[in-house]
Amino acid sequence: MQITKAPSVRLATLACAVSLSTAALAETVTIGTVNNGDMIRMQALSSAFEAAHPDIDLEWVILEENVLRQRLTTDIAANSGQFDVMTIGMYETPIWGENGWLEPMNNLPSSYDVNDIFPSVRGGLSYDDTLYALPFYAESSMTYYRKDLFAAAGLTMPAEPTWDQMREFAVALHDPSKEQYGICLRGKAGWGENMALVTTMVNAFGGSWFDMDWNAQLDSPAWHEAINFYVDILGNYGPPGASSNGFNENLALFNTGKCAMWIDATVAGSFVTDASQSQVADQVGFAAAPKQKTSKGSGWLWAWALAIPVSSDAKDAAREFVTWATSKEYSELVADEYGIAAIPPGTRASTYENQAYLDAAEFASMTLSQMQKANPNDQTLNPSPYTGVQFVAIPGFSGFGTVVGQQVSGALAGNTSVDQALRNANQVVNREMRRAGYQN
Amino acid sequence: MSQINTNASVAKILVAPSVILLALWMIVPLAMTIYFSTLNFNLMIPGGRDFIGFENFYWFLTDPSFITGIINTLVLVGAVLIITVGLGTLIAVLVDNPFPGRGLVRVLLISPFFIMPTVNALIWKNLLMHPVSGLFAWLFRQVGLEPIDWFTDLPMTSIVIIVSWQWLPFAILILMTALQSMDQEQLEAARMDGAGPISTFWHITLPHLARPLVVVIMIETIFLLSVFAEIFTTTSGGPGTQTTNLAYLIYTQALLQFDVGMASAGGLIAVVLANVVAVFLIRAVGKSLAEQ
Repeated sequence: MQITKAPSVRLATLACAVSLSTAALAETVTIGTVNNGDMIRMQALSSAFEAAHPDIDLEWVILEENVLRQRLTTDIAANSGQFDVMTIGMYETPIWGENGWLEPMNNLPSSYDVNDIFPSVRGGLSYDDTLYALPFYAESSMTYYRKDLFAAAGLTMPAEPTWDQMREFAVALHDPSKEQYGICLRGKAGWGENMALVTTMVNAFGGSWFDMDWNAQLDSPAWHEAINFYVDILGNYGPPGASSNGFNENLALFNTGKCAMWIDATVAGSFVTDASQSQVADQVGFAAAPKQKTSKGSGWLWAWALAIPVSSDAKDAAREFVTWATSKEYSELVADEYGIAAIPPGTRASTYENQAYLDAAEFASMTLSQMQKANPNDQTLNPSPYTGVQFVAIPGFSGFGTVVGQQVSGALAGNTSVDQALRNANQVVNREMRRAGYQN
Repeated sequence: MSQINTNASVAKILVAPSVILLALWMIVPLAMTIYFSTLNFNLMIPGGRDFIGFENFYWFLTDPSFITGIINTLVLVGAVLIITVGLGTLIAVLVDNPFPGRGLVRVLLISPFFIMPTVNALIWKNLLMHPVSGLFAWLFRQVGLEPIDWFTDLPMTSIVIIVSWQWLPFAILILMTALQSMDQEQLEAARMDGAGPISTFWHITLPHLARPLVVVIMIETIFLLSVFAEIFTTTSGGPGTQTTNLAYLIYTQALLQFDVGMASAGGLIAVVLANVVAVFLIRAVGKSLAEQ
């Protein structure tokens, strides 16, 4: 027995040693990301990273936003370690950082030039002054409009329009018989879908989610005014089926020339001006996101960022990738391959100091000014206890934000009255806050 | 005698592993669900997981969407049952008489049942009911009418249509098979006594179909209580909560709000409701069988 067993044991040890050494040779980094244009581009360009790092294999999981959030949240909460790099936003990062779920992003190489990243973006991705994710791109919101239609109707878009003016323009330009709709806005329910736009509207109308004692303010006059306005402008002067349109649906409508105006993320600037995907590429004008009573919080602030969960088993390799994908070097690679206007916007000051970029990307200066205006800590007319412009940075928000989004889309579709929807919404939010222990 | 006893105990031992496995298979998830339903357990909020007794049930039952969810579930089940049973009986009787091409018609009638619910929903959503590019919108425009925006203006009706289309073949299949066993002599006698097609149907066919109809209703109810894919793919429970049924409500709690505790409580409430419905149905089946 002894004699026959010995070689097999030795063989097994050898096999172990071999497999260990190959594991050390090539580490697999699993990246979970959103199916947005810029991220698809990152996957295409990652062969350059793999060529420079033969010891790292990249594995991609690309999903639609809501599905990705479900996968990532269940993965990280259960500590199952499926992902080494996670694409998360300004909402999740501070909360997950506080939970101790993410690797802190300190000791970055000096060539990375972390101070080049806008302070508001860095702040939004930090908890307790520690950076927990590196921004891939960042955005505010702005108004896109059709210069040709405005000129034909003798209208002029001001640089900083009000919602009242937007309504006048929408009425004048709405012509459903030509499949031309006055305004396109998000209507699909969800805290990251319609509520992003609706919250900036409420901010502009002088409202907020909570007062300083965390009482829900959704039944307040400002909310009523804002939601009535939203239902009127989008319901009467928007495209049919607006209550199921999100960012991608509206982008498609605008690019096919069906929207006279559209208010959405600044990151769409490079898509609507790209002649290969937009039929109206040379007719797009840019203005600030509309204000009303105040311009505070009228444009949102968001960043998609790459983070490393503590459950990852390839942290060093993941860190290599994350710093590469958010570096200046990556931006240069995109510029070489796809043109300089396509580089990930909104994260670095140096991008907006680059004259070649400003010349190629007409939307850049509006993006910059909107990004600089957005302040997550001072976003509402009256003081509010939370941070976040178009979201409330507390763990329960993704839950009640979605429920409120459903109520608002129900009001938009005409299934419930605005009064009823806001009463329900207010009740839900107060309920959840009481459950979570914010109120007594 | 002792031989039989030994055999019985041997049989018990031999059967034990599969019985234990099946019991575990059922009990472990149920026990986990009951355990989770008593915790304050939200994936977004780590630590905690305090025991809170029946609080999750209280919050789930007082959720503003809960009553809507129950009503929507019942409306959906009821409407689909009426459509599938009514139309199913009619079609089954119509295709029972021989006519050229009957085999082909029967295959076509049954085929929707073999389409996956998600695919079914996508076809209806994008090819048929789409307000701009759908077939219905095109037909409406051909006759000069404004196309209906189905999922915005008539969300529940749309879901009922989609689910009915999926389940109609099941009713047809069962009823068609049942009609094959009709007593032909009895029918002939009725005809000779001068009974018209309507009174034949009412007095002979329908009583004959009573038992299969109850089976159809029971099986459909069990499946329709948990309709999810059709709602998820088309309306996502909206607009508002117009098409949120109990199954979708639990999904919202678990995977959109990450509230494991409340979703478990909701799951248990749904189990109880399904059992209540099942008990009533089984009683009804038993009664109709006893009457036969």
